[in-house]
Amino acid sequence: MVSLNQLVIVCLTYVAGLFIVAFAAERAALRGHGDWLLRSPLVYTLSLSIYCTAWTFYGAVGYAARSGLEYVTIYLGPSLIMVAWWWLLRRLVRIGRAQRVTSIADLISSRFGKSNLLAIVVTTMAVIGVTPYIALQLQSVTLSLSIFAVSEAPADGAVPDLGSSALWVAVGLALFTVLFGTRNLNVNERHHGVVIAVAVEAVVKLVALLAVGIFVVWGLAGGIENTLARIDASDIGQWRVDGSRWAALTILAAAAFVCLPRMFQVMVVENDDERHLQIASWAFPLYLMLMSLFVVPIAVTGLDLLPPGSNPDLFVLSLPLSEGQNGLAMLSFLGGFSSATSMVIVATLALSTMVSNHIVMPIFLAVRQGGASQSGDVRNVVILARRLSILLIIGLGYSYYRASGGSGALAAIGLISFGGVAQFLPALLGGIFWRGATRAGALSGLATGFALWMFTMLLPSFGEGVALSAGIFAEGVLGLGWLRPQALFGIEGLDPTVHAVVWSLSLNALVFGLVSIFTFPDPVERLQGAQFVNVLDHSRPTRSWTASVAGSEELMIMAQRILGAREAQVFFRHWAQRQGGAGTLPEPTPDFVQALERELAGAVGAATAHAMVAQIVGGASVSVQDLLAVADESAQMLEYSSQLEAKSRELVETAAQLRAANEKLTQLSLQKDNFLSQISHELRTPMTSIRSFSEILRDTDRLSAEDKTRYASIIHTEALRLTRLLDDLLDLSVLENGQVTLNLARCTLGDVLDHAVTTAQTGATRPLTIERDPAEENLGFLTDPDRLAQVFINLVTNAQKYCVSAAPRLRISTARHDGWIDVIFLDNGAGIAPQDRALVFEKFTRLMRTGDAGDGAGLGLSICREIMTRLGGHIDLVEGGDGTAFRVRLPAGQAEAPKARVGDMQRVG
Amino acid sequence: MGKRVVLVEDELNIAEAIRFLLSREGWRVETLANGSSALKVIRKAMPDLVMLDVMLPGRSGFEILQDLRADPELQALPVLMLTARGQSRDREMAERAGVSRFMTKPFSNAEMLDAVRDLTRGGPAG
Repeated sequence: MVSLNQLVIVCLTYVAGLFIVAFAAERAALRGHGDWLLRSPLVYTLSLSIYCTAWTFYGAVGYAARSGLEYVTIYLGPSLIMVAWWWLLRRLVRIGRAQRVTSIADLISSRFGKSNLLAIVVTTMAVIGVTPYIALQLQSVTLSLSIFAVSEAPADGAVPDLGSSALWVAVGLALFTVLFGTRNLNVNERHHGVVIAVAVEAVVKLVALLAVGIFVVWGLAGGIENTLARIDASDIGQWRVDGSRWAALTILAAAAFVCLPRMFQVMVVENDDERHLQIASWAFPLYLMLMSLFVVPIAVTGLDLLPPGSNPDLFVLSLPLSEGQNGLAMLSFLGGFSSATSMVIVATLALSTMVSNHIVMPIFLAVRQGGASQSGDVRNVVILARRLSILLIIGLGYSYYRASGGSGALAAIGLISFGGVAQFLPALLGGIFWRGATRAGALSGLATGFALWMFTMLLPSFGEGVALSAGIFAEGVLGLGWLRPQALFGIEGLDPTVHAVVWSLSLNALVFGLVSIFTFPDPVERLQGAQFVNVLDHSRPTRSWTASVAGSEELMIMAQRILGAREAQVFFRHWAQRQGGAGTLPEPTPDFVQALERELAGAVGAATAHAMVAQIVGGASVSVQDLLAVADESAQMLEYSSQLEAKSRELVETAAQLRAANEKLTQLSLQKDNFLSQISHELRTPMTSIRSFSEILRDTDRLSAEDKTRYASIIHTEALRLTRLLDDLLDLSVLENGQVTLNLARCTLGDVLDHAVTTAQTGATRPLTIERDPAEENLGFLTDPDRLAQVFINLVTNAQKYCVSAAPRLRISTARHDGWIDVIFLDNGAGIAPQDRALVFEKFTRLMRTGDAGDGAGLGLSICREIMTRLGGHIDLVEGGDGTAFRVRLPAGQAEAPKARVGDMQRVG
Repeated sequence: MGKRVVLVEDELNIAEAIRFLLSREGWRVETLANGSSALKVIRKAMPDLVMLDVMLPGRSGFEILQDLRADPELQALPVLMLTARGQSRDREMAERAGVSRFMTKPFSNAEMLDAVRDLTRGGPAG
């Protein structure tokens, strides 16, 4: 006899062994070791065996004992998928890898425009559908324990609390899942530890079942022949196969095999290499065949040998026990335990990923307004969410188990679960094969199917009067006869399971299709749809052209437009020769078209070239990806060209600035040159006379005293002229540099004019009549009287020199307005020609030469202009009228009529 | 004897110095201070030498030189140019225009007289 304690120890040892294996695998994977095993097709195939849960391990025998060969459908569905529809799986795997899909909810939501709502719906449905299944595993472990407990009970006299053992199992599984399912957060969600543990458990359960089978056939039944005879004699051999039930169950199993979250996890998410599918496509059906091989013999023998009323779901255990084969019973128990634990672990892992990714994280991110600003922070939250989800799901399973009281046949619960997850099938298949499928369609289809499943399968399973009243069963919802859960729309006489599967799946698919047709996908949906449906085309390494209907002429025309006529002709002729054909146009073979595309790509970019060739070669079948690639390239080119534009704008600006600076410099340099040249001229001219006459005085012996005096006075005059020039230059330089110091003093305009006129007329050789109005000039203001007088002297002197008139006259008038004092000097000369007006104030400008050595250097008016600027006013020529009119404009300041014409012009004298 | 020179110079003192120096050498000096009438005067006088200042009222020395060189009757006339703008640019310009001699002011009397003799050796008469 095996004691419960022994059993517990064996279980613990077994679980510890799994921990060690899983841990070692994780470490190896982390270091990159052991790929030959971790990433082998064998492990992949074995991991698929989580399809065989405790339900298959124990329940298949019970199923066979109750319903004959019908249990085969559970194996037939997946086998058909693996053998005949493995390309569907390959497509799923390809999409999973290309889109980095983490779960079936992720895949469906991602396909339909990355809809979070859809993900939540699928997750919720999966949790509802799978929770009974998890409860089923807990129940089977507890049941199997009870076999040992019951057989032990008479010795102890008390039946141990089996409920608590289920709790402990649940806690242990949760712990394992938390440890190995959430150790790290991989982008690809691969869990090598879990997968290897599942593979080990797959071996254990296969070995256990085979061992029991061999024992039963050869140990109990007495060989194959006797077993066959026994089968013939039993009821199982007599059972008639119900065609519709068979078909429905096979489809259900096949759908569940693809749609179960845990299957999706091992098959798609944990897949390392697409090629593993090819091996699994025959190896996994083989595994299933081995698992089912001894089901009927065990069932038949159990029915024969065990006392009536024994639970057929536990024949696998009770047969060895009844024969005293404790070791075998222990192995068998471990097989069942393995089936249960591996299923719970992977299912929980898959569900927790969905719950945390699609429900917890969106809520967390929405609540925390900052969003995912700190990545480390969020990673921790994800792991925590994952762990809490694991506890929640196992807790749900445990609660369901406690609530349902462990009733019902294992197979019934399993089928209900299958029915629930099978509702994903239309959306899944539609999503990966039909570009027209839309989110609205998927949502409505899922909702319809799930509602029908609840109504026709889940709720009735609790029995009449529990979730649905007996009245509803008999008369339908609200007394509507067509709303009876097991005779929907008045169709009666169908098996309840067939009824539920047919209605839920077909209406699900119908609604999905119809709504999809009548709704329009948004852009993201369209894009995702194209990528999912065309996943096999686009993930091929090279996009090659196959069946081509291209006209060479069309290709030629296009090539000419891009490459230029000559180049295109050379290229085409080259290929025509290479193909050995006559003429200049080559056959549009895939090779040629590809070469052409490469050639074009050099000119217009790869994506554009592909799209252009596609338009001709593949008719109008430019794929979304091609167009996207074109758009990408165009966007890049646009950005590039706008950058170029900005750069060239900058360059133009810089160039303009440089040009302006250069012009300024050139002008400055020119001005400087001119200035130097003019100064040179002004200095050399008096110097020439001085040198020449001094040489004459020196070298000429016989010179009259009169000439001597004359020449000496010329030298003297020219020397004075030189001095004056130097004085003016220095004065101008000081004024222009702004280094001049003004001696401001209060003075009266009349006084300054008096002084200026007197100075100018002293020693003047030509007569000049000056007209003034003293009354106007009685204006007092603050200025530098010496500088102002300098300006006035200059103007009077100019009039004296240049006023060409028989009776030269200068009129000096004063006017006040707008805060200015205008002093106007108007002579009766010839005036200044309009073209020369702009020049008068420039340096070295001499409009009229008198030939007199007393000539200024042409700096006088320049100095006047500078002085007036310093004094806060200005000087200009007044247009119009006869003669020349200069206007000196002074700021009036606090100009006032002084009481007495007494200036404080101390320096004037 | 009685060689003739036309001197175009607006600086009266300089003109007086040159006139004094050349007269002493036996030259008949015809002076004018304005560039605009220079060509007419020269054509009328048909001198043995023309002396030109550069910066002149009316017409600049360069322009007068160009006029002379463009005139078939006058193009062989020796021209001595005197300028206070002592820049190499001016010398180049004068040489391109066909000046016979270019002198920068202030000049030494001896130098100037040498140049005049140099230019008129042989002269139209000999």
